[in-house]
Amino acid sequence: MLVSVTVNGEKHEADVEPRLLLVHLLRDVLRLTGTHVGCDTTHCGACTVLMDGRPVKSCTVFAVQARGRDLTTVEGLERDGRLHPLQEGFMAEHGLQCGFCTPGMLMTGYAFLQKHPSPAEDDIRRAISGNLCRCTGYVNIVKAVQWAAARLRQGGA
Amino acid sequence: MIPAPFEYHAPTSLDEATALLASLGEDARVLAGGQSLIPLMKLRLATPRHLVDINGIPGLAHVRESDGVLRVGALARESDLEESALVRTRYPLLHDTCRVIADPLVRNLATVGGNLAHADPANDHPATMLALGAEVVAVGPRGERRLPVASFFTGPFATALDRGEILTEVRIPAPPPRSGGAYLKLERKVGDFATAAVAVQITLGPGGACERAGIALTNVGLTPIQADEAEACLKGRVLDDVAIAEAARLAAAASHPTDDLRGPAEYKRDMVRVLTARALRRALERAGAGGR
Repeated sequence: MLVSVTVNGEKHEADVEPRLLLVHLLRDVLRLTGTHVGCDTTHCGACTVLMDGRPVKSCTVFAVQARGRDLTTVEGLERDGRLHPLQEGFMAEHGLQCGFCTPGMLMTGYAFLQKHPSPAEDDIRRAISGNLCRCTGYVNIVKAVQWAAARLRQGGA
Repeated sequence: MIPAPFEYHAPTSLDEATALLASLGEDARVLAGGQSLIPLMKLRLATPRHLVDINGIPGLAHVRESDGVLRVGALARESDLEESALVRTRYPLLHDTCRVIADPLVRNLATVGGNLAHADPANDHPATMLALGAEVVAVGPRGERRLPVASFFTGPFATALDRGEILTEVRIPAPPPRSGGAYLKLERKVGDFATAAVAVQITLGPGGACERAGIALTNVGLTPIQADEAEACLKGRVLDDVAIAEAARLAAAASHPTDDLRGPAEYKRDMVRVLTARALRRALERAGAGGR
């Protein structure tokens, strides 16, 4: 079945089986491997991408359901060679260790910050409650989101 | 994990969808949010030969109140409810519920209608809709009919929907003045099913006595359970400590939990008692606070 999607502003077309999962369309067909497959059971959030602006678990969406949709993956955060402030925040606050959950954390955090420019810590923790991290204990991830929120409020990108 | 192959159908009208479902029969499943169905297909616990994706059908994503009824369309997402000021202010029981289903990412796709139609006894909306006295609208090849939620769940993962029928809307009676509700869920972690959960919706009379109580239980039986004896014992009474304790005891007695990884049956039954009492107190506060 022919699927046409916009990923990070670029149009793509692919002929896929209906059972192909969105995460495999992104990784295996379009070769955008920034999105990770973690648990593959709708728990961990490593595969989070934005579909029409909302973060969803791409291991639990069929590629055919994304027909005509606007997708953003972690590759879409960087602009003209410059990292998004949220990515800088993860570096500045050491928001990762192994980095496996990071693409999902970034996508959830990115969508969250659009709606909550001055988030409380509790709100951040609630927002990322569908993204599991086994390294950091979440403390530095929360700090990274706060770092990015402050930078964005100052008008950084 | 790769699901078994299936044929994908994307109807753009309800007529087309119900005709497809009727002709494909047992081999077809409706795809709405997909957040229960797709995981089951990946585990090959579900292997439908046909998926009928209803996401392309217009006019099913509403959350609005009209003529004394809150109407939630089959494609309204849990996050739509969560973000709705109407739901937050007028339907706190519903707001409580949608905030504890799965996790925020799943809620961006998961639908209220799917949570009911999937009829997993561990799902949260069934108890909430029982407590609220809701009904569902089903559209099939023979037209539209309305079913009370109280007779909707016929067994684990089984509903009163006929072949070819699609749940198109959930209708919840708007709460009268001096109403309040609460949903309390005991869960081990975000995203887990309830160890036990209780939905309560009450309406008080002008003198403060309870005019109507809806109490229903999640994941402590083969279907969601309406605790009707607990409801009945509150009617006409002031909800003091004695009345609340009695209702809580009766609700626990109505539960049929089993031992599993989430705990032994005895523990779950006692948690139903504790959660019922707490939910009644919270509902009472909300009713008294002029809220709904």
